[in-house]
Amino acid sequence: MVIGAGHAGLAMSRCLTERSIDHVILERGEVANTWRTERWDSLRLLTPNWQGRLPGFADTGNDPDGYRTVPEVIRFIEDYAKAISAPVETNTAVTSVGSGGTGYLVRTDRGDWKCRAVVLASGACNSPRVPALASAVPSSVTCVAAQQYRNPGQLADGDVLVVGASASGTQIASEIQRSGRQVFLSVGEHIRAPRVYRGKDIQWWMDAAGVLDERYDGVDDVARARRVPSLQLAGTSDRSTLDLNALTDIGVTLVGRLAGIANGKAQFAGSLRNMCALSDLKMGRLLETIDAWAHATGVDTAVEPPHRPPPTRVENSPPLSLDLAVGGIKTIIWATGYRPDYAWLDVPVLDRKGMVRHDGGVVDLPGLYVMGLHFMRRRKSSLIDGAGDDARDLSNHLSSYLDGRILKTGQSSESDSSSGYQSEVA
Amino acid sequence: MPMAAAASTVKNGVNVEALIAAREALTATPVAAQFKWRAACEWKNGTHSHSTVEGFYGLGAEQHRKRTFKFDADHPEVFASEDKGATPVEYVLVGLASCLTAGVAAIAQHRNIQLRVVTATIEGDMDLQGILGIDSDVRNGFGGIKVSYKIDADAKREDLEALVAQSQKRSAVYDIVTNPTNVVVEVL
Repeated sequence: MVIGAGHAGLAMSRCLTERSIDHVILERGEVANTWRTERWDSLRLLTPNWQGRLPGFADTGNDPDGYRTVPEVIRFIEDYAKAISAPVETNTAVTSVGSGGTGYLVRTDRGDWKCRAVVLASGACNSPRVPALASAVPSSVTCVAAQQYRNPGQLADGDVLVVGASASGTQIASEIQRSGRQVFLSVGEHIRAPRVYRGKDIQWWMDAAGVLDERYDGVDDVARARRVPSLQLAGTSDRSTLDLNALTDIGVTLVGRLAGIANGKAQFAGSLRNMCALSDLKMGRLLETIDAWAHATGVDTAVEPPHRPPPTRVENSPPLSLDLAVGGIKTIIWATGYRPDYAWLDVPVLDRKGMVRHDGGVVDLPGLYVMGLHFMRRRKSSLIDGAGDDARDLSNHLSSYLDGRILKTGQSSESDSSSGYQSEVA
Repeated sequence: MPMAAAASTVKNGVNVEALIAAREALTATPVAAQFKWRAACEWKNGTHSHSTVEGFYGLGAEQHRKRTFKFDADHPEVFASEDKGATPVEYVLVGLASCLTAGVAAIAQHRNIQLRVVTATIEGDMDLQGILGIDSDVRNGFGGIKVSYKIDADAKREDLEALVAQSQKRSAVYDIVTNPTNVVVEVL
């Protein structure tokens, strides 16, 4: 049983079919449901079209270096489901997954299923991760999570505070500022990267240099690697870089991490300069890795010479507070990350933070697997392009489990590995 | 009782007249009110460092003290350190408690309240999962700080509570720990 008909569930389906393992995919809505219901209008995929490689499928479209729009992503995933004849039960919402007999009992709003193994491919980004201090926002200010945001037209006139400066926050901030509203962008930890480096997409470099293939069991601290925010990227038609300097250029005001809201005043940490310095340093290390690889492999001569983007500009004394009660702020957008929703999971596999305990996707309950989480097996695990290798590994493990060759979890025969920043959808 | 008469009888050791005069003078010349406080810190070994406080800038000129104050900071033995001084976070507690207490004395003097004994205990809660990088949802700093005053003075409880409240309102360190501050750290 595979839960979720996004790219990850479908990739797993294809690998199970190759192994002649009977299975069904349960999907609460339609194929690619999240893309249909939980993404803003202007969003484009953060990875170029050529990077949409799935098991038994490669469709780069007319423009391999372009970035798919949301309708194009939906069509792409639909085409994949058709191409692999995926056994999808649509409009079937799972209400619980529990242990039953020798396997699992999966209850849905359209009947129950018994199965020996379950693959959780329901996504890593089901719910917005809104900080607790949101409850202190004055009632005069409307709060919108990035998941509910569609376009600037849905917002009241007036200034907007966007909290979070990873891919979602920077893209939304840019769009709202250009709609004529003054945007304040609250910046915490973020990972800066140029869209194009030495003439090639940053994803091309990370793919070619093996950065995306780094394995979870090869990094020093995988828990930390999994917490690293997504690359601050945007899929733009002109392949321009959307970093904090680009936002400052169009008039966005940068403020520090939102530290608290007291008496209707938002308070921002005084660490903005350091947050930007850390990010610039981290980007420098990534580009050094790329340059070293290019030099060692001789790619050097075929691409533009190395260069470094200018440091992030931070004003001398960024604002430390904004009066939400009487100031111009009418809307706060929470672009503070997402988390999976496992409310329907009735098996004891969640840690105290509500995340599934797993070893490279092998959950610590025999026959239970998970797909598509950040840095699950590789740095690219949450990318469309990363689903294939993970599905191949995990279907192999699952097959051995069904054959009785693996009695306990955590004994997977294969192995491979890496340091944490990957996401395609902010 | 007229205020002027009362002021002469209360002795908290605070020269309120001088403070009021300074306030008037600095209101007239705000540039003299611009101060820079300084400390220097030198790493010794391990987590042990030695800090000194001597000069500062204020009243439009460099100011020097008659002596240099010295502070050793370290971590306790449970952190596998040598415990050669209070931890830096304890210095923050010292700073907050001493700032609030100085304020209590000055405001009591101004309000004609004779203090006999003032003691404060201060405690900061800290979840080490923050600084150890175990849980990114846990902050590095204090989760909360509690200051408890015992005051023996010629005043009603409400007056003492008002004293402590006003002291927080005018305290530099209270402001520093309760509100954000832009911090620049550079490598020379």
